[in-house]
Amino acid sequence: MKRNGDKSNVRGKRRKDKYRGIYFLGSVACLYFLVFVFKPENLQKSVKASGDMVIHILPALVFIVLLMGIMNYFVKPRTVSRYAGKGSGIKGWLLAICTGILSHGPIYAWYPLLRNLRNHGMKSSLIAVFLYNRSIKIPLLPVIVYYFGLPFVAILASYLIIASIVQGHIVQMIER
Amino acid sequence: MTNRKQKNDEKNVLRSFYEALKSFGTTFPMLLGVILVLGFFRGFVSNQMISAVFTGDLLRDTIIGSVVGSISAGNAVTSYIIGGELIKENVSLIAVTSFMVVWVTVGVIQFPAEATILGRRFACARNALAFIFSTLVSIATVKTLMVIQ
Repeated sequence: MKRNGDKSNVRGKRRKDKYRGIYFLGSVACLYFLVFVFKPENLQKSVKASGDMVIHILPALVFIVLLMGIMNYFVKPRTVSRYAGKGSGIKGWLLAICTGILSHGPIYAWYPLLRNLRNHGMKSSLIAVFLYNRSIKIPLLPVIVYYFGLPFVAILASYLIIASIVQGHIVQMIER
Repeated sequence: MTNRKQKNDEKNVLRSFYEALKSFGTTFPMLLGVILVLGFFRGFVSNQMISAVFTGDLLRDTIIGSVVGSISAGNAVTSYIIGGELIKENVSLIAVTSFMVVWVTVGVIQFPAEATILGRRFACARNALAFIFSTLVSIATVKTLMVIQ
């Protein structure tokens, strides 16, 4: 009985999210229409930039949908709870830090997967840790080292990791 | 018996991927909206325009760096390049660091998507904390660097 209630809650939440998304998309379309009317020369630039972005993130989106499918099949809520849930301890924090650093693609592409994981039992604090650690980007390290030097990057990365842990604890307290 | 088990497995695989697609589908209009807003931003705001708002005053630049970084969006490498240029123009390292960290950790443009998908309370708390911590991290980084060097 409770399970049926949970399912209908999830369905209701999904429908609500979908409508919110459609309203948001509609508002953005209105914004583009205004640009078309008042500054048509900028419209082309904006549409091109958006198109380039879609092409750029498409592989990441496909990867994330596949990952979500694989997770739905193989990863049971109990497993998520063990590694990223309430009783995960230091293991969960380390996992969130490492996966955050290794994750690739734009931040918003990861939201659906993170929601999925939270529905499976992942703690909000670890989601915050994951998202903050995305600021350390391994493939881009040579660029930032080139501009600012290795000592700067090493110190910055260490402080970012420490800050993410403190932030995770505060988010957990707020969410409680 | 084995055949039935295999069929059940196939059904479960299909159901898992169908669920994933459905879950992603509900968030897709929001994500597309965010991408279009990012495109809009890129169409109107150039790197030169971002660089032009810094004044040379440490405190003001740190605040400006954090605010501009949180509104700006795009690949992190763009923030490193702008940051490198700002350093050449004698903008303080604290302000530049704050700008680069906020660029990747705080997302005003992505906020509607984050709030819808992960919850408004979570999104507000996370972005506000990321904003505050980015300034603290940049001050700590530069001070530590000064001690080491």
